[in-house]
Amino acid sequence: MTTSPSPDAAAPAVQCSGLTYSFGATRAVDGLDLTVAQGEVFGLLGPNGAGKTTAIRAITTLLPVPAGMVTVFGLDCARKRMQVRRLLGYVPQQLSADSGLTGRENVELFARVFDVPRSERRERVDEALAAVDLTEAAGRLAGTYSGGMVRRLELAQALVSAPRLLILDEPTIGLDPLARAGVWDCIAQVRAATGMSVLVTTHYMDEADEHCGRVALMHRGRIRAMGPPADLRAELAAQLGADPDRVSLEDVFRHHAGAGLTGADRPDEGGDFRDVRRSRAAARR
Amino acid sequence: MSAAPAPQPAADPALSAEPAASAATATTTATATATATLLAGPRPVELRLLLTPPPPRRAWRLVLARMGAMCAVELQKLRHDRTELYTRAVQPALWLLIFGETFTRIRAIPTGGIPYLDYLAPGIIAQSAMFIAIFYGIMIIWERDSGVLTKLLVTPTPRAALVTGKAFAAGVKSVIQALVVVVIAALLGVALTWNPLRLLGVAVVVVLGSAFFSCLSMSIAGIVLTRDRLMGIGQAITMPLFFGSNALYPVSVMPGWLQAVSKANPLSYEVDALRGLLLGIPSHLGADFAVLTVAAALGVTAASLLLGRLAK
Repeated sequence: MTTSPSPDAAAPAVQCSGLTYSFGATRAVDGLDLTVAQGEVFGLLGPNGAGKTTAIRAITTLLPVPAGMVTVFGLDCARKRMQVRRLLGYVPQQLSADSGLTGRENVELFARVFDVPRSERRERVDEALAAVDLTEAAGRLAGTYSGGMVRRLELAQALVSAPRLLILDEPTIGLDPLARAGVWDCIAQVRAATGMSVLVTTHYMDEADEHCGRVALMHRGRIRAMGPPADLRAELAAQLGADPDRVSLEDVFRHHAGAGLTGADRPDEGGDFRDVRRSRAAARR
Repeated sequence: MSAAPAPQPAADPALSAEPAASAATATTTATATATATLLAGPRPVELRLLLTPPPPRRAWRLVLARMGAMCAVELQKLRHDRTELYTRAVQPALWLLIFGETFTRIRAIPTGGIPYLDYLAPGIIAQSAMFIAIFYGIMIIWERDSGVLTKLLVTPTPRAALVTGKAFAAGVKSVIQALVVVVIAALLGVALTWNPLRLLGVAVVVVLGSAFFSCLSMSIAGIVLTRDRLMGIGQAITMPLFFGSNALYPVSVMPGWLQAVSKANPLSYEVDALRGLLLGIPSHLGADFAVLTVAAALGVTAASLLLGRLAK
């Protein structure tokens, strides 16, 4: 294949070195060092305002970060934006399918903007819709979909360009338990079929424990702990002399961040206004 | 290639799995359900084409492809919901019927010998196309708020290509609107041309004009950032743009300062070109096309530069 992006076969899917980004006086991400290996599911965890979304926006080339801070498969996110974007499938926090288009048309749009040749467009869109189990609903307007269906549709939109790295920002926010399971189910199947790397942010610790190979606990722009969830739990259990099965990832987080996820025990306000507005927008759908 | 049969069978077991899982959740937690589904072995998905990324397009072919993609979306939306098409036909129809018929009787406006209704029709076509384009920025803000814009910005689409695509999508919408007004005008007895080449010229003029006004709107969206402010500004500028142009009356009857405004107003050039093409009266087609093209190009540049503010 004569593709121009030549990602380094050996390079990690994502590498952040000392990533720092400020909005005015607020330092949203403060010296983030992070490596996502090829093929793993990596969870970036933390409460609202921890800097997860800012980190994601830097990795997805949406924020102007200096060269050398973030690379995706060895390509610098500041210098090779277009090449990096061709490797990414991105699902934002909001339920962002276009409600005025059918499910199929939503996926078709992303096939078009990723330059899928016309001759393969139909087949690729069919495959993406089948992969997320929306073949039968494909002809309906996305406005009639449930929250879980919209999320799966967004996965199909992200998959249609055969990305090597799937980035999901709070994929299960605002969904009911069954829809949450359905979304994770889809992610697992697609990963099994493609071997793609997945970077996911969430503040549901139980989901991270269940589905992520490694997690990083983020608080106020910094990583407080990183590793496989079981290791992190075992470590804390050993420290406290407790039964590892009774230590949750939430306990680990509380231990390292000195605060819980609810934000009630944090002195400063958690999450900015946009976070609130976004989750409300997502909840409305 | 026969692609459809392969993924199809994979879909069925999962569909039946959902109600089964739902029964199980009644007693267990969400994570337990997820585990159960995973342990039971998720349905295998077959991805053949989705294993290879599509080859990239380059330079102008990429821009054309993005324009095609944005226009396709606009047409698909219009196909699903035609309400806007009908409601937007009301105002131009009323302008032609009430204002046009009345002023035709008064004969107060020098039109160079043609009936006032004929003189007015191209002006109303340009006006109704402008009204569509000038509020296009609201859609960009909606797309920002709903995450659609962010998602598009993470695709291999340079901002200028995205803005150009959106501008021409607004143009496509405006051409359909223009078509509706042309039909209304013809029904009211306006002697319009039916020469296909001239009508093609009309479409080009309307697309260029709408590209400029939609870029103006997207630029303002990039400055003010909220829907409410953009609504206010949109309302505030449409009237001066309309009345400060030659849409309703020739520039020669205006006071000197307003003539200057009209000369700087792209809508005047759009109307002049439409009159020349549709009615065959003397106009400055070359200059009109040049001004509209330059205006659209400047609009795309400004909107592309300001789009980043919406993405932050």
